[in-house]
Amino acid sequence: MSGLGGGAAFERLGPDRWHFQHGPIDLIVDVEGDPEAQARAIAGCWDEFQGVLPGLVQELPSLRRAVDHGTTLRGPVARRMLRACRAFADERFITSMAAVAGAVADHLITGFDQPGIQRACINNGGDIAVYLAAGASFRVGICSHPERTDTTQSTGVPLSGAFTLDQHAAIRGIATSGWRGRSFSLGIADSVTVLAADAATADAAATLIGNAVNCLHPAIVRAPADQLKDDTDLGSRMVTVDVPPLPMSAVDSALLAGRVETGLWRARGLIFAAAITLQGRMEVVMPVSRPALFDMAAA
Amino acid sequence: MNEHSTGHTRVDHVVEDMDPTLSLTSGPTVLQSASPTRSMANKIRCDACPVLCNISEGRTGACDRWGNVNGLLTRVDPMILSRHPLPDDKAALFLTGVGSGTTYPDYKPAPFIVSSRHDEVDIVTVVTEGIFSYCSFKLKIDTDRFLGPEQANIRFNGELVGHVTTAEYGSQMLSIGGVHHLTGGGKKEGRATCELMAALGNKQAVDLSIDGGSTLVVQSGAPPIVNGERETRMRVGCGSATIGMFAKQWLGLLDEVVVVDDHITGVLTEHQAGKYLDIRPSGIELRGRRSTPGRYFKVANPGTGWGGTDIQDPTSIIAGFDAKVSWPGLRLLMVSTTGEHSAYFVLDEHLVPQPAAMPVEVRQAVDLIAENCEPALTTVLFVGGAGGSLRAGATRSPVRLTQAIKDSRVNVTCGGAPVYVWPGGGITVMVDVALMPDRSFGTVPTPAVVAPIEFTMRLSEYQALGGYMESVQSLQDVMDRHRSRIVSIDTANPWPLRHKALLE
Repeated sequence: MSGLGGGAAFERLGPDRWHFQHGPIDLIVDVEGDPEAQARAIAGCWDEFQGVLPGLVQELPSLRRAVDHGTTLRGPVARRMLRACRAFADERFITSMAAVAGAVADHLITGFDQPGIQRACINNGGDIAVYLAAGASFRVGICSHPERTDTTQSTGVPLSGAFTLDQHAAIRGIATSGWRGRSFSLGIADSVTVLAADAATADAAATLIGNAVNCLHPAIVRAPADQLKDDTDLGSRMVTVDVPPLPMSAVDSALLAGRVETGLWRARGLIFAAAITLQGRMEVVMPVSRPALFDMAAA
Repeated sequence: MNEHSTGHTRVDHVVEDMDPTLSLTSGPTVLQSASPTRSMANKIRCDACPVLCNISEGRTGACDRWGNVNGLLTRVDPMILSRHPLPDDKAALFLTGVGSGTTYPDYKPAPFIVSSRHDEVDIVTVVTEGIFSYCSFKLKIDTDRFLGPEQANIRFNGELVGHVTTAEYGSQMLSIGGVHHLTGGGKKEGRATCELMAALGNKQAVDLSIDGGSTLVVQSGAPPIVNGERETRMRVGCGSATIGMFAKQWLGLLDEVVVVDDHITGVLTEHQAGKYLDIRPSGIELRGRRSTPGRYFKVANPGTGWGGTDIQDPTSIIAGFDAKVSWPGLRLLMVSTTGEHSAYFVLDEHLVPQPAAMPVEVRQAVDLIAENCEPALTTVLFVGGAGGSLRAGATRSPVRLTQAIKDSRVNVTCGGAPVYVWPGGGITVMVDVALMPDRSFGTVPTPAVVAPIEFTMRLSEYQALGGYMESVQSLQDVMDRHRSRIVSIDTANPWPLRHKALLE
């Protein structure tokens, strides 16, 4: 890179929490372990992070094209994106950008696999990569209505569901997609949360399932992506701009479509589970063998 | 890419080993917000980050932080506006530099040059965030505990970040940061210093250790924690000073008072104040080393007992009473310099102090000592030199800005808080971070500290200084075009638009 553009920013938010930001990338990095190992790991992560955006930018035109078998990419993050998206590319339109957030988190989480680190997680705008040392676990909650948080109560955010990640499950990636998010969605889901072996795969799958949660209802406002944002990888595809309250039948059919899409990727072994929320309803698709994966809180 | 083809200046650090790119932080954001290249019809190219988005009018870039507003690259995430405590004031809003961004190295006008009217005077405020390499924090730690020898190194996460400077009355001063730690040492030292400085400026608690001394937890406006012990009260003075202050009020109530203090323990009847009041000698003999009459050093070791010593039983510092001078029934008060510890004794027929019920009047005298102690705090002052290229964002003739500030024709504030401008050359300002909005400070990986700074003056003054008159915009325009967040300004602060520079 030449000296063009701004550099990355580093901020410590708490004893075990940092914020890294560079251009459109915002990471919350949580690392727990002995202080020396923690300091060493976070310094290494920061060094690596500063090269991520410049690396991606070099291959941006290729990353924005639909993935096919001829696609080749060079950078470590770009290759993670491609690897994750290829699994879906035979059956769906997908560009490597569908996995960018998850791939960045996956790439950086590898640096925390070292002695003295108990657990770590990198949250890249809702796409989360996790590292767990032996015996460690993470409790993860899903909040589909953050606006309902009552800040006057100490009860915290209202959770629609929660689950525990530990060494018994091979889940190290959690991704959430939805039409309100920063990336465009072709669908109408308020949120689609996917659990997979890595964050890049979860990210790509959440995007596709989010696109599938859809129905034809005239009240849904859509617009061509390239009329909303420059340089979008979605071209003139119609993306969701607004979803008014829908009749129950429309919600049912959208959720069913999402369930079918989730089932497809589960059958291929690409993802473990998904939770879809839409207008106050929640649809959970998970392995029968692990019924406790999501323990549902009362809505 | 040819840097000059776009016609605006790239970041150009002078120090060779500095990071060549300029960056933004999540708190205050630092960015070039020059008028960007018009790469295509109605599109502009954003150079805020390496993505280099081409943004059409009315849209935002990939980050959603910067957008094309009427053909201008515009920051769309919030800035901080201060609200005057009196809501009916016409000049009730003041745009601070927090989150304003900067145009380092300031060949271009500062991010915001805002005009307003106050008391029928046209006023201009140049609002920016300065990037400070030449800056430090001065900490005043209200404690009598030993923090470390003067000149000792201070460490944060093991890295050298400052030094112990002078002891002041009841307080120890520390110097944190500075250009030699930021850019003169190793990369790790610079980063640790930068992280620490932003945390201190943002009123967060930080852990420090002093070579050959204590460990500390310090936070602006909070009691210091020394070696795990939280300070509560600042002593009213040393033992000797306490005698001097309160001797008169003990007259007639007590025959002898010993003020126990780790530094100087005072004895009323031997003390100058006791002599002055003609108090009869008591014959008390203290341990420790007598300095001048009524003043004793080292009556015990430092500790967390009475008056910062290690003693639990105050009579342990009494060697005895001289039988030729003393008398049975002598009334003795022993008290610490904060009034936290006190005990009342009466001498028996063998001249041995026996604990006795404390008379109400004596209790009131002890309470008076306690009442006169102030809460122990850490205060954090930011010191920064704004005399460099930052001035060029305000005016075409930087030295005129310096002169106008020295002549009090320009009011300088940091995040709306009043600053002390040091006399002499340059614009070296000092400001209490407690008066600034929360999260006012940021960092750039140079490493350097980012702090808001505003210059407010009459419009005519700004014109005379060679100001960028074409860049002056109304506060309403700024608010219309930029997202902002309104905070109530610290009510103890003078309102920046009411400075004498503007009212004469």
